Amino acid sequence: MARYDRAITVFSPDGHLFQVEYALEAVRKGNATVGVRGTDTIVLGVEKKSTPKLQDSRSVRKIVSLDTHIALACAGLKADARVLINRARIECQSHRLTVEDPVTVEYITRYIAGLQQKYTQSGGVRPFGLSTLIVGFDPYTGVPALYQTDPSGTFSAWKANATGRNSNSMREFLEKNYKETSGQETVKLAIRALLEVVESGGKNIEIAVMTKERGLRQLDEAEIDAIVAEIEAEKAAAEAAKKTPSKDT
Amino acid sequence: MECVFGLVGDGFALVAADTSAVHSILVHKSNEDKVMLLDSHKLLGASGEAGDRAQFTEYIQKNVHLYEFRNGIPLTTAAVANFTRGELAVALRKNPYFVNILLAGYDKDVGPSLYYIDYIATLHKVDKGAFGYGSYFALSMMDRHYHSRMSLEEAINLVDKCIMEIRSRLVVAPPNFVIKIVDKDGAREYAWRESIKDAEVSAA
Repeated sequence: MARYDRAITVFSPDGHLFQVEYALEAVRKGNATVGVRGTDTIVLGVEKKSTPKLQDSRSVRKIVSLDTHIALACAGLKADARVLINRARIECQSHRLTVEDPVTVEYITRYIAGLQQKYTQSGGVRPFGLSTLIVGFDPYTGVPALYQTDPSGTFSAWKANATGRNSNSMREFLEKNYKETSGQETVKLAIRALLEVVESGGKNIEIAVMTKERGLRQLDEAEIDAIVAEIEAEKAAAEAAKKTPSKDT
Repeated sequence: MECVFGLVGDGFALVAADTSAVHSILVHKSNEDKVMLLDSHKLLGASGEAGDRAQFTEYIQKNVHLYEFRNGIPLTTAAVANFTRGELAVALRKNPYFVNILLAGYDKDVGPSLYYIDYIATLHKVDKGAFGYGSYFALSMMDRHYHSRMSLEEAINLVDKCIMEIRSRLVVAPPNFVIKIVDKDGAREYAWRESIKDAEVSAA
């Protein structure tokens, strides 16, 4: 096995590209990230690992804008993310320049995934160690979209998804609890998924909400704390309701 | 013949441009918008070779947007002016762009400003400027009537005087003009001055 992971252009006998799989390992160590698509709102959430006291947290932005109608969150190697995000931003503007139209979410996802794939089929380079969640509204139809890419270069569309640390638990939660939501309900669903694996509180999660009218808006700590409080109150109410035996069926 | 002119007033800057697209003796259209909104607080009025004008100004606009996405804050007017001049200068001795530009912008700390950038990459920060045959008349009118910190009303009056001169004294005077302003509330279209209306009312 050890002989087949040096150069990633080499397949192993059982058809694995080990470097790509190791890159996925790097993603699994990255911070928990969740994305939920609503009917008129799309929410991205990322866990904020404890920031060192002296660090200016504003310089560590985990959810970024690629264009006025597209946003991206990722899990994995942050330095690799910077490079991919830069290329994507250039492509967004380049597309606008050449065809005088904004990119669709699918186009830019395909572009980023294509870039990630290129680095799995070249000599002397390693794959990008990150998976991305790309959200946005189609500039013509206004339909919201959520896509995921991974280090192998595959991409697909999702109603809700998670990546990074404990993504399986979050995805399980989303599969159990997903329903078509809009507005604040979408935000709550995303935060509830994130709270499954992250310590509760506004200073441990970063949430950004994208709407067609207002574009991407980062929620500040106070807002997140308020919604978390709401969620905990709802949870407590649900627990209490379960405990009382005198309920009509 | 194309004309673009502009001036700086009290807390605002404005750019006026003719709206004719001409090829030899044929007028393609008389509602061509030559003053581009670069970003929320910048105007780019351009005149010259039609293809170069569209290509170069759009290229500048996309690069200004890219900077804003990359860095989270917009470029200052001075920075955009210098970037634009740089691009013209580099292209000058390879494949020059024939575009003359008046860049107007509003920055919170500096206030309104106007930059004169001609096709051979001259850059000047000015209070008033003009390009084209119309500049002979516009500059003369502005020399006579302009004073610093004009109110919007006075400035529009002066612009109308310039347009009047151009219309009456230039043999191939463009019939229609567009006026755009930029102030602390952003860049926007102010008015059109039309003496020939096209059949369709909406502008391109």
